[in-house]
Amino acid sequence: MSTTTAASVPLDETPLAGVTTVIDKKAPVLFGALTIGLLLLVLLAGESGDTTFRLATGTDFFEIPEITVPSIATTWLMVAICALCTAWSVRLYLARRRTPMWLVVVFALMWMIGFLTWAATGATIPVVGLLAGSLALAVPLVFGALGGVLGERAGVVNIAIDGQLLAGAFAAALVGSIVGSTWAGVGASMVAGMLVALLLGLFAINYFVDQVIVGVVLNVLVIGLTSFMFTQVLAPNAADLNHPPRFEKIPIPVLGDIPLIGPIFFRQTAIVYVLYITVALVTWALYRTKWGLRVRSVGEHPKAADTVGIKVNATRWRTILLAGAIAGMGGAFYTLVSVPQFNREMTGGAGYIALAAVIFGQWDPIRATLAALLFGFASNLQGVLSVIGSPVPSQFMLMLPYVVTIFAVAGLVGKSRAPASVGIPYRKG
Amino acid sequence: MKLVLRDITKRFGTLVANDRISLTVEPGEIHCLLGENGAGKSTLMNVLYGLYQADEGEIELDGTVRNFSGPGDAIAAGIGMVHQHFMLIPVFTVAENVMLGNEATGFAGSLDLDAARERVREISARFGFDVNPDAVVEDLPVGVQQRVEIIKALSRDAQVLVLDEPTAVLTPQETDELMQIMRQLKESGKAIVFITHKLREVREVADKITVIRLGKVVGEASPTASNADLAALMVGRPVELTVHKNPPKLGSDSLVVDNLRVVDDLGRVHVDQVSFTIKAGEILAVAGVQGNGQTELTEALLGLEDHVTGSIKLNGQELIGRSVRNILESGVGFIPEDRQIEGLVGDFTIAENLMLNRSHGEPFVKRGSLQLDKLHAFAHEKVKEYDVRAPGITTLAGQLSGGNQQKVVVARELSRDLELLVAAQPTRGVDVGSIEFIHKQIVAGRDAGVPVLVVSTELDEVVALADRIMVLYRGQVVGIVPSDTPREVLGLMMTGERPEGMTA
Ligand SMILES: Nc1ncnc2c1ncn2[C@@H]1O[C@H](COP(=O)(O)OP(=O)(O)O)[C@@H](O)[C@H]1O
Ligand SMILES: [Mg+2]
Repeated sequence: MSTTTAASVPLDETPLAGVTTVIDKKAPVLFGALTIGLLLLVLLAGESGDTTFRLATGTDFFEIPEITVPSIATTWLMVAICALCTAWSVRLYLARRRTPMWLVVVFALMWMIGFLTWAATGATIPVVGLLAGSLALAVPLVFGALGGVLGERAGVVNIAIDGQLLAGAFAAALVGSIVGSTWAGVGASMVAGMLVALLLGLFAINYFVDQVIVGVVLNVLVIGLTSFMFTQVLAPNAADLNHPPRFEKIPIPVLGDIPLIGPIFFRQTAIVYVLYITVALVTWALYRTKWGLRVRSVGEHPKAADTVGIKVNATRWRTILLAGAIAGMGGAFYTLVSVPQFNREMTGGAGYIALAAVIFGQWDPIRATLAALLFGFASNLQGVLSVIGSPVPSQFMLMLPYVVTIFAVAGLVGKSRAPASVGIPYRKG
Repeated sequence: MKLVLRDITKRFGTLVANDRISLTVEPGEIHCLLGENGAGKSTLMNVLYGLYQADEGEIELDGTVRNFSGPGDAIAAGIGMVHQHFMLIPVFTVAENVMLGNEATGFAGSLDLDAARERVREISARFGFDVNPDAVVEDLPVGVQQRVEIIKALSRDAQVLVLDEPTAVLTPQETDELMQIMRQLKESGKAIVFITHKLREVREVADKITVIRLGKVVGEASPTASNADLAALMVGRPVELTVHKNPPKLGSDSLVVDNLRVVDDLGRVHVDQVSFTIKAGEILAVAGVQGNGQTELTEALLGLEDHVTGSIKLNGQELIGRSVRNILESGVGFIPEDRQIEGLVGDFTIAENLMLNRSHGEPFVKRGSLQLDKLHAFAHEKVKEYDVRAPGITTLAGQLSGGNQQKVVVARELSRDLELLVAAQPTRGVDVGSIEFIHKQIVAGRDAGVPVLVVSTELDEVVALADRIMVLYRGQVVGIVPSDTPREVLGLMMTGERPEGMTA
């Protein structure tokens, strides 16, 4: 063998013959199905009348006038636009190109306007209320999803988000009532979330128990414990133990007066502002700090992290405790903002929706937040439509958030990749 | 820095992986650890690196005894290691991988990526590497990933550098470059431990050679020792280094692959414009550096890939579009490249593993129930015939050594009437004794008139088995050449160069 190094391999590329784009047909198919759905709605159940959209709240810089439109004509228009988007998407597919995100957004927006116009014929849709309510419903989901993202990025699956929310709600109600302070309640909720995380870590990290099983068991455990405590302790002494103070809405000057955006985002309670800060901090820390680099490394390839001197299990422990505190805080929102008292199983499985948001959000804090907001919107839409009395049967409306979840996860999430070592306990050689 | 390992013993349960091993490595020296797979080389180095704790013995650096409770301690003491399986985070960039565990930080623990990039560039420049600090590691070829590992170790000021089987994934040319780098490192005063089981390399760079067998030091050798002597020391008996085979008795064209193209879910083209023919009774061996489309090629033959175009005709019948089961039933035998994942079920017994490809019907299944007596008789016969060393046919496959596991796979695949045999890395991680045996079985299959496709990243194996050699580079055929083509030419072809006067 010669020792010359004349023919070296080009070093900057993978040894592939080339790259083509494989386009999946989810987007065009989904577009088509939804457009046909909307078409059938107007064709079979369209009623003539007007629909009004109210965009203002009264205290804005300037008032946006109400918009009133003829229902059937408007819905038809939206069907037409959706059909155009579908056609475009099909054309892109045939040309082996991806449907761009903006087209998805335009389609979703137009479809939703069409659907709302049809569903609220003869009534008024309070757009601000609809969106602000969505945010309110999404707050615990976002906290939960952030906790989920952190845990999974470090390699620990957290099915127990629901348990953490519920424990947080319980602790916030109890401690908030006793101390008489909302912030004490928030602190207690964080501790409660961490306690659930402590059990998760003990079994999942130290004893290598299957993480999905531990999570499910913890959820059942928390439901059992809080329900028992509720009937035995909280309910009989409701005035002393289940009557926490409530966070008041604090409008932010200037920002809160911007039409549409202000009343939705900046006339909220302190805990929502804490949420904004948490989302920003978690995102920054995960991608831009030494801490985040290490968290991601133990979730991807713990052995590699170990070989550069990172304590894998200690890192996982710290991360899930922090994640537990964040998810627990989401629980406080139920008892200190939404309904100022604790009720049995009051999260209604929100933790599982938060988990879906983690996956839909592809383990990214910002995208998981957006996913949680989408689920919040779907839930609230159901509420608002049943109040204004829409022709959709209520059973179907109750399904809406879950249908959106399934469509979103199955239809729009591309090839998303979980942290490579999520769910796998790390044992040293 | 001078490294002394003294009487290191490491046990895994009852297995003694290292038995009182002593080793001295001087600064400015390349010390070669030679030994077969499973000899205990990686274990010893993992002890040095703090990943494992030795049960007995001590580690001395420059005269002081050190105790490493983890890799962090070893790194701090100046030890660097390029692991056999790279320890890089695939989704991180080069700079992120290099800084991990040793991060330069700014405000509130924020990462100073610029400093890391600078460090990568500086070390790259020193050794003439061409590594982009912002490239994502999983997109890089293995040769470059290895350089990232070296940069990582050097960025922590390693004085003792361990390279664990670094050449296993390299082309002959890349191997030469690595040797060059090792000499450069040696001149700058580093102590280098170079692990390998390839004799040629040892004699080229080593200053000292220590041979390990079954966890024990069996001797030291000088770099001038002959291949046969080193091999005998390594294996413990004289070994036959060549395969004896008769000239092929060629039949008609059996497997005809035409313009094959394989694309993965992400749209990456792994195999492109691949055409070849194998006649009955012929072995076509595929040479190439790992990851140049070999895996996808064999998987396409088996129907395991989704996006395949072109044509694969076996005795005139098209295989593309058929199910895996259908393809197997039409007589295709497959020795997969990773027996732990695809070849065997570790929790099944040897007997159960022997019938895995015939779990639909006669002779072992009748009206949905297992014919245990038939199966056991068959298993006893095969275990004997293929010399599988195990306590019994009910031993779990996962408990066998690599060589014996592979014999089970080979026995299963060859004990059917085959129309085609596909053998991917048939002897990877198999001891030399079993290699001889498996090679003989493959040649026997070919002599019985079966067309055989062998894929191997070991050039020696390709040359030993092949009647013709097909070289793959970036998923394309560089050329199909006779088996007596000189190694230098093959090595060059593995880098994509087509020797003059040759057409594909
Ligand atoms: N973590 C482990 N647990 C149990 N056995 C192991 C472990 N690591 C290695 N071994 C065993 O120790 C022996 C030596 O392995 P290794 O050091 O990897 O060999 P080499 O690097 O020389 O090929 C082998 O028999 C292997 O199966
Ligand atoms: Mg090894």
